[in-house]
Amino acid sequence: MRYFLLIFGLTILGVMLIAGKRGDISRRPPLEVFPDMDRMPKLRPQTRADFFTDGMSSRLPVAGTVARGSAWQDAPVNTGKQPGTTNWVEVIPVAVNEQLMKRGQERYTVYCLVCHGAAGDGKGITGKYGMVAMANFHDPRLVKMADGEIFNAITFGKNLMGPYGGQIPIEDRWAIIAYVRALQRSRLATLDDVPADHRDALRRAMPPPAPATNAPAARPQ
Amino acid sequence: MANIFPRWSNRLPLLVIIGLFLVGTAAIAGIWYYFTPKYTRVGYQPVQPVPFSHAVHVDQIGLDCRYCHSAVEKSWYSNIPTASTCMNCHNQVLKDDPRLAAIRESAATGIPVPWVQVHKVPDYVYFNHSVHVNRGISCVHCHGEINKMDEVYHAKPLSMTFCLDCHRNPAPNLRPPEKVTDLAWNPHQHLPKDWGEKAKKDWKVNASQNCSACHR
Repeated sequence: MRYFLLIFGLTILGVMLIAGKRGDISRRPPLEVFPDMDRMPKLRPQTRADFFTDGMSSRLPVAGTVARGSAWQDAPVNTGKQPGTTNWVEVIPVAVNEQLMKRGQERYTVYCLVCHGAAGDGKGITGKYGMVAMANFHDPRLVKMADGEIFNAITFGKNLMGPYGGQIPIEDRWAIIAYVRALQRSRLATLDDVPADHRDALRRAMPPPAPATNAPAARPQ
Repeated sequence: MANIFPRWSNRLPLLVIIGLFLVGTAAIAGIWYYFTPKYTRVGYQPVQPVPFSHAVHVDQIGLDCRYCHSAVEKSWYSNIPTASTCMNCHNQVLKDDPRLAAIRESAATGIPVPWVQVHKVPDYVYFNHSVHVNRGISCVHCHGEINKMDEVYHAKPLSMTFCLDCHRNPAPNLRPPEKVTDLAWNPHQHLPKDWGEKAKKDWKVNASQNCSACHR
């Protein structure tokens, strides 16, 4: 009995020492205790697939084909250009409403804010890490830029900025442009843009020299 | 006639029973403790081809999950970003750093970086990311505090019980959709107690417990 207990105890100790406890950090791939059909010979996205010569399970569309529902037509909403020309469309070719604006704000926060900053002044956090020349949307050149040209810049990138066409769907690109326009407007607005019942409150809140000039108080040139 | 069996053999049946009991208990305890994803999967931290730190990119810089995992709201699969996504910043930041050599090479050649998948359910489980993140289930719920990880490790078991626990009672795990990718946000701190129940009703959250919900 004594020997049995000794061997029994040592076995348990050995198993515990070798196997460790739950949650231990391990570099080895997880053990699959009953592997039955855990891994099937089917292709999953973004995995290795030796069946194809390039070894990728996720396939690109065959050259000369378009996927159902993909944007292939030469329409302003897809290209930002007037059909058949290389001229930019001046105004967003989708309906701008509050929903689109909200969507634009959300998507701007996800994709643009790190570089262009919450205010759109090009002072995003990446500037601290060595990125340069992030566009300031309040620059008069960009205020005047056609919506189609901004669309093109988002889709294909511009100067040091990479293309975002793969990450941001078309509808969201226009939503972001609508929001960028709102950001620009926030620094170009006049007192006349403020609803009448809020103007007095705003006048009172203005810094001392402002009350003298009546209507267009802060229009930067 | 002398005794054929020695005296101690009287105790033998008892010893055998005790011995079998001990071995049986140890075996059951061992299977209970080890034969579960809580042991087999949790803690898995593979060596990645590039030591990408979520802690730096999410916690420190404040990138949204969707900046890289851009298809998570539309697809069942949460995509790993292409190297060109990395190059949006790393064409300027750390642009000659040797740690990023594999990224630059991939961006130049188009051959993907061989990232090692950490979270992996069995192939007969059909998990859909989009339906979860669009209904207020945060990334943090299944992936743990990725935003604090320098190297990603498997934090939650992702076992069948893990799924079912939430499918049986989803209310406490719901949060407003705009906070889904905000991993540091603590719903219990900010939401009233019955918020989850109300959201479950308003959004008509009907987390199926049917076999065919996941096994198709």
